[in-house]
Amino acid sequence: MSSAPRTATERTKLPYCHESFHNLQELRHSASLANKVFIQRDYTDGTICKFQTKFPSELDSRIERTLFEDTVKMLNNYYAEAEKIGGQSYIEGCLACLTVYLVFLCIETRYEKVLKKISRYIQEQNEKVYAPRGLLITDPIERGMRVIEISVYEDRGSSGSSSGSSTTSSSGR
Amino acid sequence: MSAVMITRKVTRKWEKLPGKNTFCCDGRVMMARQKGVFYLTLFLIIGTCSLFFAFECPYLAVHLSPAIPVFAVLLFVFVMAMLLRTSFSDPGVLPRALPEEANFIEMEIEAANGNVLAGQRPPPRIKNVQINNQIVKLKYCYTCKIFRPPRASHCSICDNCVDRFDHHCPWVGNCVGKRNYRYFYLFTLSLSLLTIYIFAFDIVHVVLRSVDSGFVNTIKETPGTYPFIRVLVCFFTLWSVVGLTGFHTYLISLNQTTNEDIKGSWSGKNRVQNPYSHKNIIENCCEVLCGPTYPSVLDRRGVMLEDSTSPNPSDASTHKSSNPVSQTTVRQHFL
Repeated sequence: MSSAPRTATERTKLPYCHESFHNLQELRHSASLANKVFIQRDYTDGTICKFQTKFPSELDSRIERTLFEDTVKMLNNYYAEAEKIGGQSYIEGCLACLTVYLVFLCIETRYEKVLKKISRYIQEQNEKVYAPRGLLITDPIERGMRVIEISVYEDRGSSGSSSGSSTTSSSGR
Repeated sequence: MSAVMITRKVTRKWEKLPGKNTFCCDGRVMMARQKGVFYLTLFLIIGTCSLFFAFECPYLAVHLSPAIPVFAVLLFVFVMAMLLRTSFSDPGVLPRALPEEANFIEMEIEAANGNVLAGQRPPPRIKNVQINNQIVKLKYCYTCKIFRPPRASHCSICDNCVDRFDHHCPWVGNCVGKRNYRYFYLFTLSLSLLTIYIFAFDIVHVVLRSVDSGFVNTIKETPGTYPFIRVLVCFFTLWSVVGLTGFHTYLISLNQTTNEDIKGSWSGKNRVQNPYSHKNIIENCCEVLCGPTYPSVLDRRGVMLEDSTSPNPSDASTHKSSNPVSQTTVRQHFL
């Protein structure tokens, strides 16, 4: 495999993938935070948890629109599943009420289960899609379920790459 | 692996939370600062029930049925559990915006307002959203630096924005919001039933004793004037608690909060209607009482990651980001 492009001009020739960021560990070691983009909540359907799928202009050169929209739509689906009012939520509610809500000491609520799925999904998306493009998604629950925070990282440039590249070559792939 | 041993006590996030709440049991319990009226509530409920169990129940169990005290005990346990659950849980507090988010929102507001001439008051910070074909205004909270989600409101007593804010209840010593509204409603409902139950059986007890030994003798026999004090307490409690339960049943059937009702948000003038109502009483009740159990977004017991330990030269991660907020974010994400 050819060596990763280290200079900015070489990297700009690549469409979206910054080859210098291979995984999350390398993102942490060799990148610095440039900017944060916040995806706001979409309240058109009421107070349910749903995020806007509008593509922010700051990410224009960093990631494809479809990948971003797919991530946000998937998250919206997860939240809709968690907040769905139907047979299962009634059973959970009635059972909990009858046991004076002590049942939640033993079992996990449906919302908590879905939150774990969301956390795993975000981790997977970060590893596969976002970190290779120098981006990082923060789980909305860490921001009060108000925003999806996307951190935009920039490579530190050639001055910092001497120690960075030695780390890369030693860690291997 | 770092060779530095961290021997300091772990700091949990609840210790650094802004707002005027008190926390107990290492962040598991969250209440408002003023708890005096809450202790009064506890005293009234426990006091009245203890007297009922001590003085009425033995007589009623023998003369009527042992099921009476058993049911009273179950009801009492339910009331206490609902009260403690309402008082001790997070009502749905929205955390304040971190600096980057606050700046981002400020920039959006400035972009939306354009240039404001010097000396002119800047326009109020309001965002309009359309919810179910109704325009709802979202107000900006200057304390929390966020645009409040629909139905959220800032409680000045607790100094927090609370989601689906209903009211601040001094009797339970906490705000009533999205996460604890159903427990609050079940508390008032079960307390109404308990009060009616005790009131009814107090009267039954006095009547039975009077039938046995005459009314005047009954007053002399029963310990002091306890039954009458209890009847009095129950009578006044009855009207207030039953009235409150009725009021909240009405609000639930319309899917409104006390806050919206007081402000007259959906009173119907200017053809404004409640966009959150399903227009069906059963559906509204099901949503409020049988909806999902929302998680707390505060993470009170999370561990604060502080960067003040001496860095190990071989551990490169501590040198990287100088911004403590982003460092915490990055670490939390990776670890």
